[in-house]
Amino acid sequence: MSNLAVLPIIIPLISAIILIFFNSKVKASRILTQLFSLIGLGVSGYVVWQVVANGTIVLETGEWIAPYGIILVVDTLAAVLVLTTNIISVAGAFYAPYAGLGEKENYYFYPFYFFLITGVSGAFITGDLFNLFVFFEVLLMASYALIVLGGEKVQLRESVKYLLVNLFSSMLFVTAVAFLYGTVGTINIAQVAQRVQEVDQQGILTTIGILLFFVFATKAAVFPLYYWLPNSYIVPNPLVSALFGALLTKVGIYSLIRVFTLIFIHQIDLTHDLFIWIAGLSMIFGVIGALSTNNVKLIIAYNIIPAIGYILMGIGIFNQEALSGSVYYLIQDMIVKAALFLLIGIIVYVAGTSDLRKMNGLIHHYPLLGWLLFISAFVLAGIPPFSGFIGKLLLLEGAFRDGHIIIAIIGLLTSLLILYSIIKIFVRGFWGDKEAMEGIEKKPIKGMVAPVIFLLLLTVILGVGAEFFYPIADSIAAYLLDPEIYIDSVMKE
Amino acid sequence: MEIIILILAGVLFATAIYNLLQKQLFRIIIGTVLLSHGAHLFILTMGKLKRGQPPVLTDGVTDYSDPLPQALILTSIVISFGITALLLVLAYRTTQENKTDNMEELRGNSNE
Repeated sequence: MSNLAVLPIIIPLISAIILIFFNSKVKASRILTQLFSLIGLGVSGYVVWQVVANGTIVLETGEWIAPYGIILVVDTLAAVLVLTTNIISVAGAFYAPYAGLGEKENYYFYPFYFFLITGVSGAFITGDLFNLFVFFEVLLMASYALIVLGGEKVQLRESVKYLLVNLFSSMLFVTAVAFLYGTVGTINIAQVAQRVQEVDQQGILTTIGILLFFVFATKAAVFPLYYWLPNSYIVPNPLVSALFGALLTKVGIYSLIRVFTLIFIHQIDLTHDLFIWIAGLSMIFGVIGALSTNNVKLIIAYNIIPAIGYILMGIGIFNQEALSGSVYYLIQDMIVKAALFLLIGIIVYVAGTSDLRKMNGLIHHYPLLGWLLFISAFVLAGIPPFSGFIGKLLLLEGAFRDGHIIIAIIGLLTSLLILYSIIKIFVRGFWGDKEAMEGIEKKPIKGMVAPVIFLLLLTVILGVGAEFFYPIADSIAAYLLDPEIYIDSVMKE
Repeated sequence: MEIIILILAGVLFATAIYNLLQKQLFRIIIGTVLLSHGAHLFILTMGKLKRGQPPVLTDGVTDYSDPLPQALILTSIVISFGITALLLVLAYRTTQENKTDNMEELRGNSNE
């Protein structure tokens, strides 16, 4: 029963290993990828159901009791995030045959795809800081391979920078873990939290907290540390960009949620107030970046940063509404960013360029594509029937309740500018003369659009069915606010 | 003893960061290697450099040095080894394709 906790990690891992042997058989790889991702989705759905029904699943690997062995903890937050990851993996698997991967499919694309999913799921589930580092490396290694696969000039150039930044922050992570081990003498998250509680978070622990913030903020692309993200996220294939945009930064922000709701919560006036300012600056700078460019891929890549800002804002405000808003926003943002990157991939494919100035009147040729982009702009900006609204509403409620008026106003203005930056693609690229893009021949996009519709449908369901999903987000927030539950579930005495 | 090793780790970090800020790609890679050395030394020191026996069970010995940091370092060494190998190959390909190993010239330009 508790072995369920390991399934979301080993299913993609085994899939990746099997797919290595099918390297040269493209057709078989495609079908197996779709099959394995569907199995993963089914299993993670079952895990979510089990966790919601029976509470947190804690797996002590190798029968070693809590602080001594590696612990896998699947609480509701981790389970829901693993489910979201698998949903994106399914959408990606069905997009892959049409993504124009070409030769890359023969060069271990699908194994790397599943190794990435393995790393992400593992990072969500683990209950041990060093193990978190290892899973980070698993997903980063896969991402290094995916970003450079194809070996174009620009890809090589950007992947060197991407690799160097991540290598630096990984080494910083190791150093921070060493500091923490030297101070509290353990690396199990629950026991660290317990001991930090006992010694009442002295200065050194706050310093370590800030150091860990630096590490995860680099991975999550928060304000002063986002410089590496936009350019490196637009160079690989759109499918890879979608995986990166949906999953990688979200693992960073998830680690921030974990660490700053569980371990470092005794000096909130110092750390969490800082987060609110950083969140505000992330929103402003992210959206400025999105407005500054005419490259449609870059617009979407820059839009990752304000979304991270929203989630961080919830952690900073640190009350029930804001945290449930963060959780809601995190989940819907993973889905909508994947959908947007895939959608932009299709748009670039049909237009033959990623320059907005060269697109015009696409809606006469591809009406469905235009309306999908229109909907996703509304989801992203948080227009009521869609899912972005609920998360932002909760965040703003939380902000107003604790009197953080400035950040609330920044959040609202940023939403407006986000809407503008996406609608700009719609207005300039899709409206206009019918004849403007007459030169290009009509390309079939049926297979590519289906996964996007699937993802956007989910965001609509998340918005319309908020009454069903809100209690889950609310219970996750209540759970995050009370670290005792996590500690007790792991450290059974 | 710890203080000496910590100063050494600090020197390694400083050298690493100096090298990371250079223009030549290969120097940057040397910087990352030094950085990982510093970090690994740091883990070892943080586990306290007690003068105990090596962590191998032997009759009559009660005082062992801490085995956990050593396992962590071993894991971290292998990981950074893998990444360094990848980085070296990547740097080789990058310099071949772009015909330069100067990071200034590897900048992107806006109208691509």
